[in-house]
Amino acid sequence: MSTTLDTLIRLAAKRFGADPAQLRAEDDLFERLGIDSFQAVELISDVEDEFDVELPDYELQGIKTFAALAQKIDARR
Amino acid sequence: MIDWTYSEGVYELTLATPPCNEIGTAMLADLRRFLDQVDPGAHTLILRSGLRQGFCAGADLRELYRGLSDAPKDQHAPQIRQFIDAIHGVMDDLDMLPLTTVGVVHGVCFGGGFELALTCDVLIAEKTARFCFPELRLGIIPGFGGIPRLRRDVGNGLIRDLLLSGRSINAKKAQAAGLVSQVVAAGEGITAARALAAQTAKFDPTARKAAKAFIKQLPKDELLAERELFVRLAEGPALMAALKRFVESTDLRPYLP
Repeated sequence: MSTTLDTLIRLAAKRFGADPAQLRAEDDLFERLGIDSFQAVELISDVEDEFDVELPDYELQGIKTFAALAQKIDARR
Repeated sequence: MIDWTYSEGVYELTLATPPCNEIGTAMLADLRRFLDQVDPGAHTLILRSGLRQGFCAGADLRELYRGLSDAPKDQHAPQIRQFIDAIHGVMDDLDMLPLTTVGVVHGVCFGGGFELALTCDVLIAEKTARFCFPELRLGIIPGFGGIPRLRRDVGNGLIRDLLLSGRSINAKKAQAAGLVSQVVAAGEGITAARALAAQTAKFDPTARKAAKAFIKQLPKDELLAERELFVRLAEGPALMAALKRFVESTDLRPYLP
């Protein structure tokens, strides 16, 4: 069974055309994926949809890495 | 800029002002120009964005900051009031058009953009859509009639959450709350809206207009109260300070509440 982190990385890679094998847990996802604020909004919607969670934006302030975002997702499941 | 087509009773109004259809004086003038020429024989208006980034990111904060910076302080309130009065006129007219109005929303639908969407009779959201009122971050409240219109449609609990937290919600949550009535896959919004327009064309115009007038009225007292509160808050120092922070920000994520 894949972990939240694995699924998150696969999801982000698929949406933004990245190679999931090149994405690491501690990568800055904004820099690594090269996404702007509009694309970040899309990613949040994808994540909420995939994991069936709600992620209030204010809880995501300061979240930069895939690992930290995966933790937030798990906390809301 | 905005662009519209008109064919067989259906207007398709497309917002296409980069970066994300920010509402300033030019957009306002375009919307007024559109409203002033609407054929009363039309049956449907589809309102959508032609930009990938989303439906609309809200008021043009850069233009607002420039306008206020260039004006003497005692002119701030009259200037804000003039804009707010004009935008309320446009929003109220969109809201009360004797057509069935269908908003197609994808991506960012924030602040004034959310308020614009709320003038529509039916909202179709693509799964990518996100809705929020980030105005408290600017020391103001939504000023384009958004809260009274949202209150007309959904429960007070969700409104308090959105207004007081500034957080965004996705299309699924918006549908569960009754804010949007249809959710479709990314890129499918316009197809769903055109199908609805084709259905609308079948109805007797008198019955269709009467049905809308029966179920959808302007919350006039609340709109007036909102306008006054907005202008009072906008006169305070918090707005200019927040606008300055926004304009000077190099953050890649200024739109995230």
